Amino acid sequence: MTQAPDLAPPPTLEVRGGRKNFGAVHALRGVDLVARAGEVTALVGDNGAGKSTMIKCVAGIYAFDAGEVLFEGEQTHISAPADANALGIEVVYQDLALCDNLDIVHNMFLGRELKNGFRLDESAMETRAAEVLASLSVRTVRSIRQHVASLSGGQRQTVAIARAVLWNSKLVILDEPTAALGVAQTEQVLQLVRRLADAGLAVVLVSHNMNDVFEVADSINVLYLGQTAAQVRTKDTSRMEVIELITSGSAGMPPGTVAPKMSPDAPERSATSVASATATTSDAPTTTNGSTSA
Amino acid sequence: MSTSTVPSAPTAPSLLAGSVEQPTFGEAVSSYVSRVRGGDMGSLPAILALAVLTLAFVIMKPETFASALNIANLFQQGAVVVTIAMGLVFVLLLGEIDLSAGFTSGACGAVLATCLVVYDWPWYLALAAALVTGLVVGTILGTLVARVGIPSFIITLAMFLALQGVVLLIIGAGGNISITDPVIIALQNRNVPPLLGWALAIIAVLAYAGTSLRTWQLRRKRGLLAAPLGMVVLKIVALGAVVLAMVAVLNQERSLNPLRTSIIGVPIVVPLIVTLALILGFVLTRTAFGRHIYAVGGNTEATRRAGINVKGVQTACFMICSSMAAIAGVLAASRATSVDPNAGGSNVLLYAVGAAVIGGTSLFGGKGRIIDALIGGAVIAVIDNGMALLGYSSGIKYVVTGAVLAAAAAVDAVSRRRARATGRG
Ligand SMILES: Nc1ncnc2c1ncn2[C@@H]1O[C@H](COP(=O)(O)OP(=O)(O)OP(=O)(O)O)[C@@H](O)[C@H]1O
Ligand SMILES: [Mg+2]
Repeated sequence: MTQAPDLAPPPTLEVRGGRKNFGAVHALRGVDLVARAGEVTALVGDNGAGKSTMIKCVAGIYAFDAGEVLFEGEQTHISAPADANALGIEVVYQDLALCDNLDIVHNMFLGRELKNGFRLDESAMETRAAEVLASLSVRTVRSIRQHVASLSGGQRQTVAIARAVLWNSKLVILDEPTAALGVAQTEQVLQLVRRLADAGLAVVLVSHNMNDVFEVADSINVLYLGQTAAQVRTKDTSRMEVIELITSGSAGMPPGTVAPKMSPDAPERSATSVASATATTSDAPTTTNGSTSA
Repeated sequence: MSTSTVPSAPTAPSLLAGSVEQPTFGEAVSSYVSRVRGGDMGSLPAILALAVLTLAFVIMKPETFASALNIANLFQQGAVVVTIAMGLVFVLLLGEIDLSAGFTSGACGAVLATCLVVYDWPWYLALAAALVTGLVVGTILGTLVARVGIPSFIITLAMFLALQGVVLLIIGAGGNISITDPVIIALQNRNVPPLLGWALAIIAVLAYAGTSLRTWQLRRKRGLLAAPLGMVVLKIVALGAVVLAMVAVLNQERSLNPLRTSIIGVPIVVPLIVTLALILGFVLTRTAFGRHIYAVGGNTEATRRAGINVKGVQTACFMICSSMAAIAGVLAASRATSVDPNAGGSNVLLYAVGAAVIGGTSLFGGKGRIIDALIGGAVIAVIDNGMALLGYSSGIKYVVTGAVLAAAAAVDAVSRRRARATGRG
């Protein structure tokens, strides 16, 4: 954040040095993340790198053991899912998110039904649901009164995303939303993800698919063995480099060599990872942050 | 890439409020047919079974089966099973079961009788004691299932045994407590005065017509998908015809010896059950709590992540189920004018589970309605009553009822598989 810090608004979400242990397992050993409004921030990393754990810490399912979480520049403590919801953080889980026996409207409002005294206000919910789906340019569902069971995987994902944006949310986190989808449906969901960001929301997208990441992400955050290897602008990096970061935690050269020349318009490339590298070298001997050690 | 913003984006006409294409009568019918084909049969099999059985018994026993006396009898016989079944719907919707509901009704009946006869309490205190007993049983069951995590099948089986013991302890082996309280006895043995019966029926039909027409008008006005007016009117006319016909039949003299005693009017238990059904139906379909019950039955984990207190919902459903069993226990005691150690035993529970399942409530959770308990209960009452009139033994009655229950469970399983295949959950 050294370039033009006065003009840019603070990022919607910033995590600094987040750590999380499960007993003896150090799942997160210093993670940093910056998610800005209007941008899609991809969160990538190998299996077990800690992506889901990090998301759950932000969503309030777990709490970070150490580190700072800033929401719109303010330091916050998220210790329960309700805290996250109150801030405007919504998570779309890849599975287990919808009730098959309820229709689209009921699923979108599940747990936060609109009421008229005791009574459910069905027509208000239906109208609002239709508006949100329309505003997301969703044209693929026939009727919003159809049961979720009759929807395709992509349509279900769409409903889950629409559910997340129903509540004036500011940050939408999607955990592998396209993992189970075919080509056409993946495309639909990615377009929807892009539209969310274009509408001014901050979006964090967890994905293993480099094509998806390079198609929609503005910024890519790479986790390696529970640590942030780097967060880079998509336009300043390449698939090769990201894949190298994912597999070895460093990019461009064997560990220990001189850091590459940093392009001035990619400040995020180094800012976050230097701190974590120095802070965690003692308990993370396998991690090398060669690209960023000055 | 689209540059739309959430509030003002190119919109999908088919979804936009205010511009839905309303279905015609024919379209509504054909969409219903395709829903049934796709495995979403609801109460259709039960209604067909009811029609066929009724027709068969009317043909075989024209004088007795279709007599006003026997029709009133049917309502009074079915009341206990239907009341338990309405409560069971709540537990079945969760995907759980309550095998102790029968003996819960027995135990509550025993508490009622003891309070009335042994302690000489007024009827309302005795009634309250019976209901509280049901509530306590439900709270224990719900807590053990939801918070301790014992499978409902096992814990309600344990409760089944324990409550059977409780009934025995209260009444004593071979004992019997006779009830003489006029209010309790009236529940299952007295009738609504004919004029009041007509008034209630007409008010009920008008209220139904009013609300369904209003809902239709409101949805039309807001541009939401609404059933065609013809369909709405057809439903009102059908319901009105059935209700008024029933009242007409029940308002006829049905005493075997009219000169000595006159028996005329709708049995009191009928408006009682209709009221209970309306309240429970409202809870299930019109409140957030009811919606959450369906959600738990559909996907427990998703419900939890939506911030819903799943354990609270589960506990509440067991409490409702046992409370309904308590009411059924009072009705059973009223009908028999006494309580014996077998109260709530033998076929009561299986008939109640059968009623809910035959009516279309799924044993797998997430699917079911209060009306299922009424329709399924009617099927069971008709079989039970009709076969008794034909002179069949209890043995044969049980075999036939068991076969009907098995058939209903098979329909449930098959339609669920079909629904999976055609994506209709
Ligand atoms: N509840 C838990 N208890 C103990 N260890 C856990 C727990 N949750 C995660 N872990 C460990 O933390 C590490 C990170 O797991 P996480 O699920 O966050 O990885 P991930 O990046 O999401 O992987 P994937 O791409 O496979 O989804 C793993 O080593 C995992 O075993
Ligand atoms: Mg994961």
